[in-house]
Amino acid sequence: MEIGEILREKILRVQEYVLLSVEAMANLFRRPLYWGDICTQADIIGVGSLPIVILTGFFTGGVLALQSSSTLSEFGAKSITGQLVSLSMIRELGPVLTGLMVSGRNASGMASELGSMQVTEQIDAMRALGTDPIKKLVTPRLIATVVMLFFLTIVSDTVGTLGGGMVGTTMMNLDASQYFHTSYQALAYPDVLQGLIKPLFFGLIIATVGCYYGMSTKGGTRGVGHATTQAVVTSSVLIIAVDFIISRLMLGIFGG
Amino acid sequence: MAHSNLLPEPAPIPDANAVPVVEFSHVSIGFDGKQVLRDISFTARQGETRILLGPASCGKSVLLKLANGLMRPDSGKIYVFGEEVSALPQSDLFRLREKIGMVFQESALFDSLTVRENVAYRLREAHAEDATVEARVQEVLRFVELEHTLDKFPSQLSGGMRRRVAIARAIITHPELLLYDSPTGGLDPITSATIIDLIVKQRDVYGGTSLLVTHRLQDAYMLATHTFNRETNQMQRIPNSGLDFSTTFLVLNNTSVVFDGTLQELQHAEDPFLKEFLS
Ligand SMILES: Nc1ncnc2c1ncn2[C@@H]1O[C@H](COP(=O)(O)OP(=O)(O)O)[C@@H](O)[C@H]1O
Ligand SMILES: [Mg+2]
Repeated sequence: MEIGEILREKILRVQEYVLLSVEAMANLFRRPLYWGDICTQADIIGVGSLPIVILTGFFTGGVLALQSSSTLSEFGAKSITGQLVSLSMIRELGPVLTGLMVSGRNASGMASELGSMQVTEQIDAMRALGTDPIKKLVTPRLIATVVMLFFLTIVSDTVGTLGGGMVGTTMMNLDASQYFHTSYQALAYPDVLQGLIKPLFFGLIIATVGCYYGMSTKGGTRGVGHATTQAVVTSSVLIIAVDFIISRLMLGIFGG
Repeated sequence: MAHSNLLPEPAPIPDANAVPVVEFSHVSIGFDGKQVLRDISFTARQGETRILLGPASCGKSVLLKLANGLMRPDSGKIYVFGEEVSALPQSDLFRLREKIGMVFQESALFDSLTVRENVAYRLREAHAEDATVEARVQEVLRFVELEHTLDKFPSQLSGGMRRRVAIARAIITHPELLLYDSPTGGLDPITSATIIDLIVKQRDVYGGTSLLVTHRLQDAYMLATHTFNRETNQMQRIPNSGLDFSTTFLVLNNTSVVFDGTLQELQHAEDPFLKEFLS
């Protein structure tokens, strides 16, 4: 294939992806909404991801406390470790790490599940039986991912700050009440807002990318494997890129 | 369409004046520069069973998907129940599909749902009452002789059983048009015969129009030469080598329709490909 053709195909795929995402979002306002499927997916994504989100949150907070307090103590500013941990967790690491974890777990899950449905003609069968697969499969996953990622991020932020506190007080001789006081006081409205807006976008990315690769799977079981890997890679890269864009916009709006 | 049947036919023939249930008019489609179907035209009338024969990967599945609006042709028009499927918006397609049942090549059962929920799928989507759903599911599973598998998952069934569940799922609302995609593909001869038995039964008990694609000539012969006997509850040969006149044939080869007619005409065809194909 020549370059022009490859480019054309890429553009076509992006266009397909955008159409699918728009359609899936438009379905939020159309009946029927498949509540049963939304709940099942919320359970798989939310409850299923809770352990890994807690574990990564805890250790990330811990390592932040470890690294920052040793650096800060060189400047005699060890007392603001709490502030550094909570700000980093809430603005950046909570949303991004939770997003990446859920992407690894659920974007791949969606791509492989919808991908096998595609290659075994179950998606065509669904259409033939009068159900719109975007309504039945994509929209519930979209709703469930956005809602669950929002709460998982809050869990991660909380556990991370707690973890930082535990590591700081037990290993770095920080004062517990000072740690929690500074970590709470440091939070301003824009930080919290930024931290809570990000997971909404990341959830959207995970669900739409996972479902897009699943629904457009071709070439049998090998195709399913390919779709799964692609979904994780693409959604992870997009999460990090969008994180940068949102951070930049927020700085623009609220000032550094 | 004009009356052009010069030969008197013994069985009741479909009304030639009615709007055909399915009509393909100069349909072409290709993928990635490879032409799969070229200028295909044919019709299926009310009550007809049209059997599409053709070698593997000649576009049989594609043709059925076109008929159901799951794919759109590159050119040409497709009418189903008088509506132009090839130009209908999605929402109208879903409405039209209420009258169409489709059995997919590899059954395409939902593997996360039990047999009961697979078969009930359509009724559930229409929010039918539980009691109605249960009764209809029982009835249709009895029809395909699989009452005992209600709570099994598709992965626990044999290939032949899955095919029967797929038929049950397609016929539960008694759609006016049935599309069978290679219903015996990948099955052993004995299981294949039971599936054909079932299709003959559905044709002769419930009626309706169907398009059936297959690459197996023996299935096609069996469908044309057998009828369902309600007393013995079995399929039997039509006596005196008679034929079911509502069952007619289309042969596809190399992107085009190379034959359109009855089994008798097919057997007397002079075309070298057909002779080769039939032998
Ligand atoms: N969605 C698709 N994308 C690309 N090629 C396809 C698609 N569906 C079918 N084809 C190609 O069309 C040809 C006919 O396929 P099919 O209708 O499945 O054959 P069969 O007659 O065995 O059912 C094959 O060469 C297949 O590779
Ligand atoms: Mg096929």
